[in-house]
Amino acid sequence: MVNFELADNTVPDSKNILQLHSLLYQWPGNNSFSLSIPKFELLTGQTALLIGESGSGKSTLLSLICGTVKAHKGVVSVAGTNLSLLSSGQRDKFRGENIGYIFQQFNLLPYASVEDNILLPLQFAPNRRAQVTCPHDEAQRLCNVLGLPKNVLSTKARTLSVGQQQRVAAARALIGSPPVLIADEPTSALDAATQKKFLELLFEQSKNNKSTLLFVSHDIRLADQFDKVIHMADIVARKSGKL
Amino acid sequence: MILRLAFGSLMARALTVSITVLAISLSIALFLGVEKIRTSAKASFTDTISGTDLIVGARSGSVQLLLYSIFRIGNATNNITWASFQDIAAQQNVDWIVPVSLGDSHKQFRVMGTTNEFFKRYKYRSKSNLKLQDGAFITDLFDAVIGADVATELGYQIGDPIIIAHGLASFSKHEDQPFRIAGILKKTSTPVDRTIIVSLEAIEAIHVDWKSGAKIPGQSTPNDILRKMDLKPHAITAALIGTKSRLQVFGLQRFINEYPKEPLLAILPGVALQELWQIVGVAESALIAISAMVVVTALIGMMAMVFSSLNERRREMAIFRAVGAKPSLILGMLVAEATFVTAIGAILGCALLYLGLFASQSAIDQAFGLWVPINAPTKDEALLIFSVIIAGAFISLVPAIRAYRMSVSDGMIVNV
Repeated sequence: MVNFELADNTVPDSKNILQLHSLLYQWPGNNSFSLSIPKFELLTGQTALLIGESGSGKSTLLSLICGTVKAHKGVVSVAGTNLSLLSSGQRDKFRGENIGYIFQQFNLLPYASVEDNILLPLQFAPNRRAQVTCPHDEAQRLCNVLGLPKNVLSTKARTLSVGQQQRVAAARALIGSPPVLIADEPTSALDAATQKKFLELLFEQSKNNKSTLLFVSHDIRLADQFDKVIHMADIVARKSGKL
Repeated sequence: MILRLAFGSLMARALTVSITVLAISLSIALFLGVEKIRTSAKASFTDTISGTDLIVGARSGSVQLLLYSIFRIGNATNNITWASFQDIAAQQNVDWIVPVSLGDSHKQFRVMGTTNEFFKRYKYRSKSNLKLQDGAFITDLFDAVIGADVATELGYQIGDPIIIAHGLASFSKHEDQPFRIAGILKKTSTPVDRTIIVSLEAIEAIHVDWKSGAKIPGQSTPNDILRKMDLKPHAITAALIGTKSRLQVFGLQRFINEYPKEPLLAILPGVALQELWQIVGVAESALIAISAMVVVTALIGMMAMVFSSLNERRREMAIFRAVGAKPSLILGMLVAEATFVTAIGAILGCALLYLGLFASQSAIDQAFGLWVPINAPTKDEALLIFSVIIAGAFISLVPAIRAYRMSVSDGMIVNV
């Protein structure tokens, strides 16, 4: 992280872990839509629920925050670093170091062991690796606190149930304590009871890690569990057609 | 760990991967097999005769002389008189000389009159001698030694009588003087296998009652009188010569080519064989072309495998991207995978080839007269294998670059 805190990359207001302003992104292709976000902020340590219909630009917003796509105009600042100023290789590295990501489903490499799946981010993030004294023990600890079976580490990921797979994905996102956790509808494939338990564990662990949690869902019923609720419709400026 | 994961991913697709490996290994085995057969066909061809320094015949072309004297294809334009033969034999630098008399046949096989020294002097496959599988060499005037193919194709055994026809594909036969099979030679994969060898005197003896290519009516000299006659030949077809020193070969060749009493031709068998191979060599280029196409086919097959795996692997790539991997890692993993698959295919292909060779070496020799030696891959073959692996890596760049682009545009969001 230190590498990225260069003077002109630093955004003064360090209370905000996420800070987007005057952002403009246009999808590739002729005559295509664009996404404009005048302002979006998230305080460090907050848990936020991002609600939006499909096609509302949610995925693009996440891609912008994760740095897999680059804004055409404006600032995307994550943990004090302006991603717009980084090369794509630097953004990849930055994402590895700073963001733990949980997909809706198919989070794991099915052929790899649970342990390899959990430790995978450490391969690309030396700073996160440095946070962990003994990777094996840390993976085991995360499995324990997330309520996974004792001997789960050596089993192949494909043998787990969907609920267990999501917990392993959470362990992978949490390992090395990245400052930002992003969960993209991680509970949509789970039944109500499992969903509730998963959310509790995720809150607990992200609090332990002092991470900021950005949770994407279209389920408004979850709202009262979060510090902040953001509707896509509220932060996106009206689509302006051409850039 | 990345390598372990890449290997795990490969193992997870074991079925498709192993089919690809099988295809590559088969094509490499075929490729090397064709290459081996090509080189051994050439070697076995040029090894048809060795140890002979010069072949002498009536003046014609060198390829023609080689064809009729060694390969028993076509006919001599003329003979060498016995006097000239003796004159050459008397030359100081001649170590040994073996006369050869051709012209008669038995069924589809040629009959060759020579001396017992032929068995000692004729060498093939770098200095292998002719060996008997049964019986003995020529001891009697009417003894015949037959090649291995003659014995198997006609079902002849020691002691069987055979009657020689006058000329080639002729209806007039030397019926009065049947020969007895005294010996059967071991398989050599040379034209000797398809030759019936008798003594030079016997050729003379069966022609005593003949004149101008036809039997003198009513005349038949009994065999016991024939045996007492002086059967010194008047002429022979060709002669094989060994010199005392290799340095003298050219001097002797020049002497024979400039022989004043008779137009003669002396050729170096190796040179003439090379010349002949250039004619036969069209087949060689065809084999090279086939080899190349086999390799190209195999590599395209592998490229197809990598391509078809891309879609099912998009989520895998997205996971790697999500944890911070660059798209170039995805590219590297795919190229590494293809290189690994090609290398395994190459190794298996070699194993397959050698297994096949061990299993069928003698069968190939029996069926086609082709001796394929089992030896470690030559430098050229190793280079071929290596370049196939490199080509595999290169060709996998095509799907790998596509995967790279997909990975860039997908980022972490896969909508499959």
